[in-house]
Amino acid sequence: MQTFGYGRAANVHQALAEGMAADTAFLAGGTELLNWLRLGITAPARVIDISRLKELEGIERLPNGGLRIGALMRLSDVAQNADVARGYLVLAQAILKSASAQLRNLATIGGNPLQKTRCAYFRAADVLPCNKRQPGSGCTALHGLNDRHAIFGWSEGCVATQPSDPAVALSALDAVYVTEHRDGGRRIEAEDLHRLPGKTPHLETTLREGELIVGIEIPEAAPHSAYLKIRERESYEYATVSAAVALDLEGDRIARARIALGSVAARPWRLREAERALAGAAVHDSTVIREALAVSFAEARALTHNAYKIPLAKAAAARAIRLAAEARP
Amino acid sequence: MFALQVNGRRCEVRIDARTTLLDLLREHLGLTGAKKGCNFGECGACTVHLNGRRVNACMVLAASAEGAKVTTIEGLAKEGRLHPVQQAFIDCDAFQCGFCTPGQVMSATALIGEGHGGSEAEIREWMSGNLCRCASYPQIVAAVEAAARGSGD
Amino acid sequence: MSIGEPVPRLDGPIKVTGAAPYTADLRLPGMLHGVLVTATIPAGKAIAIARNEALAEPGVVHVLTHADMPRPKTAVAGPPFSTSALPLQDDEIRHEGQPIAVVLAETLEAAEAAARKVHVRYAPAPATTPAPAVWSALEGVAAAPRNTGYFFLEPDFAKGDADRNLARASRRVEAVYSQPSRHHNPMEPSAVLAQWDGDMLTVHDSTQHVFGVRQGLAAFFGLPLDSVRVISQHTGGAFGAKGLIYPHETLAAVAAKMLGRPVRIVLSRADMYAVLGYQARIVQKLGLGADDAGVLSAVTHDVVNLTSITDDFIEAATEASKSLYATPSLRLSQRAERANVAMPTAMRAPGEGPGLWALESAMDELAAELGVDPLDLRLANYAETDPATGAPWSSKKLREAYEEGARLFGWRERARTPKREGDWIIAHGMASCLMGTFRFPSNARVRLLRDGGAVVETGTQDIGTGTLTIFPQIAAGVLGLPPDRIELRMGDTRLPEAGPTYGSSSTMGVGAAVLAAAEDVRGRLARLANLPPQEAQIADGCISLAGAAGGIPIERLMDEAGESEIVGAGVFDPSQDASYAKRTFGAVFVEIAVDPELGLLRLRRAVGSYSAGRIVNPRTARAQLLGGIVWGWGMAAMEQSAFEPTLGRFLSKNLAGVAIPVNADIPSDITIHFVDEVDEKAGPIGGKGIGELGATGVAAAVANAVFQATGKRIRDLPLTPEKLIS
Repeated sequence: MQTFGYGRAANVHQALAEGMAADTAFLAGGTELLNWLRLGITAPARVIDISRLKELEGIERLPNGGLRIGALMRLSDVAQNADVARGYLVLAQAILKSASAQLRNLATIGGNPLQKTRCAYFRAADVLPCNKRQPGSGCTALHGLNDRHAIFGWSEGCVATQPSDPAVALSALDAVYVTEHRDGGRRIEAEDLHRLPGKTPHLETTLREGELIVGIEIPEAAPHSAYLKIRERESYEYATVSAAVALDLEGDRIARARIALGSVAARPWRLREAERALAGAAVHDSTVIREALAVSFAEARALTHNAYKIPLAKAAAARAIRLAAEARP
Repeated sequence: MFALQVNGRRCEVRIDARTTLLDLLREHLGLTGAKKGCNFGECGACTVHLNGRRVNACMVLAASAEGAKVTTIEGLAKEGRLHPVQQAFIDCDAFQCGFCTPGQVMSATALIGEGHGGSEAEIREWMSGNLCRCASYPQIVAAVEAAARGSGD
Repeated sequence: MSIGEPVPRLDGPIKVTGAAPYTADLRLPGMLHGVLVTATIPAGKAIAIARNEALAEPGVVHVLTHADMPRPKTAVAGPPFSTSALPLQDDEIRHEGQPIAVVLAETLEAAEAAARKVHVRYAPAPATTPAPAVWSALEGVAAAPRNTGYFFLEPDFAKGDADRNLARASRRVEAVYSQPSRHHNPMEPSAVLAQWDGDMLTVHDSTQHVFGVRQGLAAFFGLPLDSVRVISQHTGGAFGAKGLIYPHETLAAVAAKMLGRPVRIVLSRADMYAVLGYQARIVQKLGLGADDAGVLSAVTHDVVNLTSITDDFIEAATEASKSLYATPSLRLSQRAERANVAMPTAMRAPGEGPGLWALESAMDELAAELGVDPLDLRLANYAETDPATGAPWSSKKLREAYEEGARLFGWRERARTPKREGDWIIAHGMASCLMGTFRFPSNARVRLLRDGGAVVETGTQDIGTGTLTIFPQIAAGVLGLPPDRIELRMGDTRLPEAGPTYGSSSTMGVGAAVLAAAEDVRGRLARLANLPPQEAQIADGCISLAGAAGGIPIERLMDEAGESEIVGAGVFDPSQDASYAKRTFGAVFVEIAVDPELGLLRLRRAVGSYSAGRIVNPRTARAQLLGGIVWGWGMAAMEQSAFEPTLGRFLSKNLAGVAIPVNADIPSDITIHFVDEVDEKAGPIGGKGIGELGATGVAAAVANAVFQATGKRIRDLPLTPEKLIS
């Protein structure tokens, strides 16, 4: 780590003011920032510790039936919150399949979706050619070891995927990230938080300099929901592919389906067309489900070593639909 | 200069802003039980309790732990008597080289407090944040199960 | 408590309380922290190393490079060094990750920050990159190995005309099996702390061989062996990664001497993938010829493994085919594929581990082709003597191991067709296990104290295998003491010289020396008591004729002789009984689950049944074999260190990018069984090595089960979702 100044913000107002200074990083759970500092991915002059801002904690019920989760809620606390565990299975499952118990005690729900890609070219202790790490240096993964990389939305400049499990669940839940900024806060739809790489892969989110996620709002409960995570080992590993599904059921018919895939693109990948095609479908009709998913996968493009992820992601989505339908909160 | 409480003792420390809680414990306070296996939150060997919760000490900036209560493996045995989890690790042969063991024990004591010691499958999942390359996993699960039973969990 | 009893680990209290000291836990006054700077290109020269910015970092004391690195005082190359290219001897880059500088600073934070500020200008040269892992590509580049000390078995072997017999066989399996490079990944990163006192060097080290480190460093500095002391109180796992002298060990000693201060270097996890050895990629072509009853007429086994450009490490996978099955003809070859990669080394379980992946997969293919039970095919080809030499076995009870393993698993009663359980397909597989066991000369001293306690002293080191328990246990049996009355002093070159902790060797070598030393003590006491030494026994602080009650109090004998302690010495000489073929054997049976839609593979239960001689401590032995099975599972299901060909480096150098098994992967339903056996030809203990045996056979057993589950014969490890997905 390069030297930096450490300061602790007394309140959100102060954090936002300090956050406007050049070369400043916010420290919440620390489970990502410390690794960035060690790897030299970022070298801020100042670190502003926001982890004790009580105003950003708590989970409250919204008048319209949803929940508002304070950005600094630790992942473990979110997962064991009774309202989340009962009404938002997909989120609780996504959290409990993230990292380890120890890391979930540190990591925050507001910080977790901001973690950077696990692309090994990007994460190396030495700086390797990577447009995210060093804009203009090229994407080695494009023709390199890309078996874990994107099948949707990638560009010649970057084929990395977004690794947060909770972000995928939040996308399927149509969550909204609520932000504050010295110049005013806003509400960001979950799907709009992450950018696709295009020609600027180093710009990963739509957050502005000094903008802070202060809370996450999720609309009405999604009792029929599930998160499926595919990985070689059973636990404590990033997803090869994951699928978050929330279903509104009318009897055994799907009134509304929301499906987001993880580790397939630079952002949680909603299967909008499949969702539309599934409206009205019988939840156990595997043919209809397969055909509906195929529509959304028409735009999938494999890299040299990750063609397997296309059938795998499709199978994961189909399975997660079944698990969501079977979910008994 | 700031203070924190480690194993019930108040410690005043003056350190580099870059120092992690793990390096503070190991290099400044002489508490080397927590081990640095990876320094990236990928192995669990540095597990300690921070304000009563298990965390990877390598992922915490020491400065951000000002005023916190930290318990390390050195603070677990009381008056020379092993903690029941420590005894269970010996009884169940739950270690070999011993390097990951302090982290495993700290994780296991927290796990029991969290109420995750109910079944073998649950223990396996909730102990998965602690790698053991000697691979004493079944013995670790047996130890945690035995200790959880003993604690009435 | 003596040999054969499940004594709980005596190192328990210090290991569960965090009190056991590992090298990185040690600090000395005035100590500097060293951090390595490693090459970022695989081949070429480091033509300029700019140190100024690093030196400007507050707290940085020095940046050591090849410009001020001393040359060895005596010509040293090869073992005990990890490669014949010693660190920082020139500006040549031979592999990515090669250390090219060491930053020395007052604090770890400063050293780490400054290491990123050492700016290196390279003159890259074309690198030799590993060929694709296909046989046709490798045949062209593989070379007959040159021996610079990194292998000790003949690379070629032939008995009869195996190629002709194979061509004429009515049943034939010919297939290529491959596996990627894998690292040991011990939980403890290698660490060293070096300190000079005049011309006396003391090194605290995480190593599998304190005497090897002493020999190498003494030669490097031109010192007598007595001037170098190497101490290793506990090594936090090794598995082969700490068997030789790696660059940081030499560099810490050099820097400490140069700067006149103690120097500690702890490798980062990334360094562990750059600086240390590993099991390099292995591709094997296996041929089995058999008659219609499955009786083998020919075995051919050709192996190519990756190695560095400096030395040929040979992964002796053909040892499997050389020793497992009876066959009238055998042809074996080992070849090296040289590339700009770090030097490989032995990894649990070398040789037979990879070899059985190929052989036991091929045997399963043959069984499937013949339509016979895989276990019956193995029994039909049982080797009553060593297949290569015809030498008698020192001891072999593999038939019993097969039978008892099959019974414990329910192999004969298993479902012959895979069973569905929801989304999972449940299937079974088996394979034989086999391992060579090595014996090294060893010495030990036992001191019986007047207070009735005893001290066992032997220089070998603890890496977690159970030696801290079984050595006192062995001595306790002779001295009639509970093991906890015995203090064990180990891990110090000032103690009697003993072997390394690799090659599954400790029990046979060091254990035998401890036994001999304890018996020497008993003999000396017997002489004091005027008893025939061979017939004396010690119990409850008294010595007597075996079988007799009472006896003479030892305390009285020592008082009368005016001795405060009785000291016995023990030696193990491996040259005895060299005419016997010595191996350990076993069988492993697994039940797996495959979810073919999602490409998931999980272990449900396993039985390992072993013929490994006498088991000194069933409790610690179980841990070794169980750990071995988990290693086999890792090899089968997930482990690989992906090599990036365009950058010439291991891509991920961390434990998030390289999967090794976690607790949730391993079911508790794993049974370890030892056949009742004493191998008197292996050594006086009657036991053999068990540290590696468990890791053999598992990958093949798993792949064989996957074949049963899915009909897919996967010949390239690991068995990841992309290969399993239907």
